[in-house]
Amino acid sequence: MSVLVYTENWDGKFKKLSYELVSYAAGVAKMNGTSVTAVSVGRVEEAELKQLGNYGASKIISVTNENLSQLDSQAYAGVIAEVAAKEGSKVIIIANNNTGKAIAPRLSVRLKAGVGSGVSKLPVNHNPFTVYKRTYSGNAFAQLVIKSDIKILTLAQNSFDLVPSSNTATIENYTANVDGSTVKTSVTNVEKQTGKMLLTDADIVISGGRGMKSPDNWSPLVELADLLGGATACSRPVSDEGWRPHGEHTGQTGKIIAPNLYVAVGISGATQHLAGISSSKYIVAINSDKDAPIFESAQYGIVGDALKVLPKLVEAVKE
Amino acid sequence: MKILVCISNVPDTTTKIKFAAGNTSIDTAGIQWVINPWDELSLTRALELKDDTSNGIKSVTVIHVGPAASETTIRKALAIGADDAVRVNAEPLDAYYTAAQIAEVVKKEQFDVVFCGIESSDFNGSTVGGMVAEFLGVPSVSAVSGIKFENGQAVLTREIDGGKETVTVSAPCVAIVQKGIAKEPRIAAMRGIMMARSKPVKVFEPVAVEPLTQVVEFEKPAPRAACKYIDAENPRQLIELLQNEAKVI
Ligand SMILES: Cc1cc2nc3c(=O)[nH]c(=O)nc-3n(C[C@H](O)[C@H](O)[C@H](O)COP(=O)(O)OP(=O)(O)OC[C@H]3O[C@@H](n4cnc5c(N)ncnc54)[C@H](O)[C@@H]3O)c2cc1C
Ligand SMILES: Nc1ncnc2c1ncn2[C@@H]1O[C@H](COP(=O)(O)O)[C@@H](O)[C@H]1O
Repeated sequence: MSVLVYTENWDGKFKKLSYELVSYAAGVAKMNGTSVTAVSVGRVEEAELKQLGNYGASKIISVTNENLSQLDSQAYAGVIAEVAAKEGSKVIIIANNNTGKAIAPRLSVRLKAGVGSGVSKLPVNHNPFTVYKRTYSGNAFAQLVIKSDIKILTLAQNSFDLVPSSNTATIENYTANVDGSTVKTSVTNVEKQTGKMLLTDADIVISGGRGMKSPDNWSPLVELADLLGGATACSRPVSDEGWRPHGEHTGQTGKIIAPNLYVAVGISGATQHLAGISSSKYIVAINSDKDAPIFESAQYGIVGDALKVLPKLVEAVKE
Repeated sequence: MKILVCISNVPDTTTKIKFAAGNTSIDTAGIQWVINPWDELSLTRALELKDDTSNGIKSVTVIHVGPAASETTIRKALAIGADDAVRVNAEPLDAYYTAAQIAEVVKKEQFDVVFCGIESSDFNGSTVGGMVAEFLGVPSVSAVSGIKFENGQAVLTREIDGGKETVTVSAPCVAIVQKGIAKEPRIAAMRGIMMARSKPVKVFEPVAVEPLTQVVEFEKPAPRAACKYIDAENPRQLIELLQNEAKVI
């Protein structure tokens, strides 16, 4: 009956998102008086697995199988469904990231379980099971009732605070039955940047728009992000123009992020841009136009020329 | 090879969302309906693939689950260049229901590759594509930012944290697409608009499926506090506020 949470690992390590998921699962388990079981797929050291206990997992099921070394959504959904059945889980929590979006819908059909996707708060109600869900790209929220016996929730990254726990988790090794011939996708090449802070993981994001005027003006923006330990982002036209890499574009058609601090520099605040950043805890706008719509979404604003303001901010942080 | 592109019909992305009485549905008065941005791009990519005759693509069909009122959006897709269309005559009650309807049509009409968008801009579910694949028991690849065909296989670029992978898969399969799949959406030319009128739209009645979820109430997002302005000559004050008031740095 435990709440099952799928905790993805990155080269054998968990990250803040994994602990957010476990914290969230622990919150749900408290509502229905059960415990949390985490399922991990792939080789993860025991000490690392135990970390999940620090956020409320009482049991960790560690699945290893050579046929699961690459993400195949069909095979992964199969394994998680198998573990869910074994545990009798009625609620399954998955991240609303690329991996979660690949697995959750398949799991849904397999278990005939309704999905509440992109949740950021604990369920509003246990019976009927009701979650609060972002819709219309952040322009509305919906109360969604999940009517099926089993429920799947996908949690938005950076939206749920970590809740430390004093649980000591038990670890169970589980050999999944995955026949290699059923894995239909094959990964033939991987290109990965290492050592760089991922935009989706960053607590602080400094983002530039067309108001930055030229790709040559970015150095104070990048410096500010570095000094604050944050990541850099941009609006769509900026990445379309090739001023900044495509991976930095936030918004409805780019990345959807929810950092603690989002600084929009020379960004007008079009609804499609806001769709990607409106869940940020604090938004700061720096814009030369006092009527720019971005100020309606910002808690702090500076009306001024970004190219003059940025170097001053860099100076202030340095001191 | 036959390609099927799933099309969802959504309010134009600049729409100010208002709710109807009781807040259980949105007020559709004055809304401009458009093809979901991802679906517009996946249709564009499907047509590009068909244009290259070496891919041997016989047809690009669009499918939409929705009432007769959404036929305008289907005609738009035909005007852009889809060969024909299928409409399942039903309200898309939830993702599970919608995906079940699409899967049923794929079983009947035998498509090799199904394109779905990563997210509809109205429900923001990110689930229909994966569900279609599971109903059909075929592989799906998600977060796809590129697709081509080589030696009878689909070669896809998949976005991962901090990078990308190349994934190969044989048809039949479902590609769930996002940014990068095509550069700019193809737009309908006059000729396309004329031709769209005579292109076939098959209408299927839905199969009986119980939806698993239901929206019971809509709410507006909580309003943010009014913006606090800081003098452009003294940005230092912003840093102080972020440190001491917001406590985010
Ligand atoms: C279907 C669709 C999807 C879209 N998806 C996205 C998306 O995901 N992300 C996205 O960002 N956009 C998206 N867009 C585009 C969006 O509508 C806007 O066009 C875009 O966000 C504008 O980018 P911007 O704010 O950088 O540029 P602009 O709108 O040109 O704004 C520039 C701003 O900089 C200010 N400025 C000028 N000079 C200075 C200066 N010296 N100092 C300070 N400020 C200055 C101006 O006052 C202005 O407010 C989408 C559009 C569509 C139709
Ligand atoms: N009513 C519908 N008819 C056809 N395809 C749909 C429909 N709703 C969603 N889709 C497809 O599923 C994708 C993801 O939608 P969603 O799961 O709602 O975020 C969309 O981009 C479409 O490709």
